[in-house]
Amino acid sequence: MTAKTNQKIAFCVFRILGMLVVGLLFWILGFIIYNGIGVISWEFLTGYPTAGMTSGGILPAIVGTLCLIAGSSIIAFPLGILSAIYSSEYAGNGKMVQFIRVMTNNLGGVPSIIFGLFGMALFVNTLGFGDSIIAGSLTLGLLTLPLIIRTTEEALKAIPDSFRTAGLALGATKLQTINRVVLPMAFPNIITGLILSIGRVSGETAPILFTVAAYFLPKLPTGIFDQVMALPYHLYVIATSGTDLEASRPMAYGTALVLIIIVLLMNLLATALRRWFSKKVKTH
Amino acid sequence: MIEAKNVDFYYGDFHALKGISMKIENNTVTAFIGPSGCGKSTFLRLFNRMNDLIPDTRLTGECLINGQNIYDKAVDVTELRKNVGMVFQKPNPFPKTIFENIAFGLRVEGINDKNFIQQQVEESLKSAALWEEVKDKLKKSAFELSGGQQQRLCIARALAIKPDIILMDEPASALDPISTSKIEDLIHGLKENYTIVIVTHNMQQAARVSDKTGFFMLGKLVEYNDTKKMFLSPEKEETQNYITGRFG
Ligand SMILES: Nc1ncnc2c1ncn2[C@@H]1O[C@H](COP(=O)(O)OP(=O)(O)OP(=O)(O)O)[C@@H](O)[C@H]1O
Ligand SMILES: [Mg+2]
Repeated sequence: MTAKTNQKIAFCVFRILGMLVVGLLFWILGFIIYNGIGVISWEFLTGYPTAGMTSGGILPAIVGTLCLIAGSSIIAFPLGILSAIYSSEYAGNGKMVQFIRVMTNNLGGVPSIIFGLFGMALFVNTLGFGDSIIAGSLTLGLLTLPLIIRTTEEALKAIPDSFRTAGLALGATKLQTINRVVLPMAFPNIITGLILSIGRVSGETAPILFTVAAYFLPKLPTGIFDQVMALPYHLYVIATSGTDLEASRPMAYGTALVLIIIVLLMNLLATALRRWFSKKVKTH
Repeated sequence: MIEAKNVDFYYGDFHALKGISMKIENNTVTAFIGPSGCGKSTFLRLFNRMNDLIPDTRLTGECLINGQNIYDKAVDVTELRKNVGMVFQKPNPFPKTIFENIAFGLRVEGINDKNFIQQQVEESLKSAALWEEVKDKLKKSAFELSGGQQQRLCIARALAIKPDIILMDEPASALDPISTSKIEDLIHGLKENYTIVIVTHNMQQAARVSDKTGFFMLGKLVEYNDTKKMFLSPEKEETQNYITGRFG
């Protein structure tokens, strides 16, 4: 066989595999949309669950998930970005720093239920926050920190040193160089990491199970020490342990669809922000 | 005046500069030549303390600018670098507009006066012989310029903070002949107001632009003399061999 036919066969295989994956994704998406679209209505989006969660709406769960996204972002974004800046721009490459880096990456691989248990032990019990938005947000924030730190570090590392040297050679301090040159350049990639983390937060069930999520709570939160319902947990409840599983099946698909749409919207927002910042960076 | 007194420099255990002493007069152009790896860049970077950024390095001897030891504890490195600008081998403009590239040094100093910045940007671009080419697209990204224009932009960026000294490390080695000759003309013009030290691998370039030339080899300053003398009748045989290409 010539190299050329080899290449043709290889390309063919890659293409088929690629299409298979994309096809599978669209199949899942289509399946959810097909089953869930019928339930989506104004009432579904803005109402409270009724009749043992077999009818009515999912507003509390939507609001709950949005609260958790906001809460965990407020906690994890600054902490994660600052840690990453420290680790990649200041810390150097000593033994201790390398150890911390490895541990951070390992933390990213810890099952989320462990974070849930840790969150319960520390935030809910020891610190006495109880089942609350704050406890859930802190737990989710911790969960996403490794992801945010790693993606931010990589975004910073991708910026060639020649830009840092240029800044310093012009009499800028290290901090000024990072703020005015490195960070703006790295920002589009940092944002991608942040949005990935939001996607993770919106979909996780285990970490909120013991820290914030309510089985059934037909009212909206009034403060950070309130419990909330959340989309993934609500989905889990009505799909596995509701009062009448058959009757709540359409509600489950509807909930899944809303969850997917939230994540998709976040991704679109990320792409738009990314584009906007890449453009702005070059002509700012 | 720039002065090196018996300077030795080490990268870890590697002895990169060996007992170098040299005086450079104000408002002159001095060229450093020598085979690759002989320490020209290392020596050049001593004067704006860019070597400080490389871990595990050591310096002995003294580097003085206008009589002041720039490695003295009391010296503020950022102030030093505002006085000693640098242009690198590869053009490295920021991914910002042409205007903001030049304004960078001023903004970093905390200057916000719009008119003043505007005026400085224009003046710097004119000094770098770039104004005519870019005056209508100051708000465009610097990346849209050609390599040669980018390098002149980097020179303008360095000029904007009003240094006394400009260090250039092979500023034209990545450029085409026309851009190169523009940079050389530029260096000629800048001599009036600045002290320029330039590293180059191009003998003709050294001969064309510089008043004095230093020839380095294996971390030592072999010969340092008026450029004319260096190229017509060098004192050392090594210099002769290197300049005529019989190097070995
Ligand atoms: N960051 C560094 N770490 C360790 N050794 C270095 C470093 N930079 C340079 N060196 C060594 O120091 C010596 C001098 O390097 P330098 O870059 O000053 O040479 P140069 O004369 O500028 O060469 P060229 O003409 O190729 O640019 C070389 O042997 C090089 O290997
Ligand atoms: Mg060099």
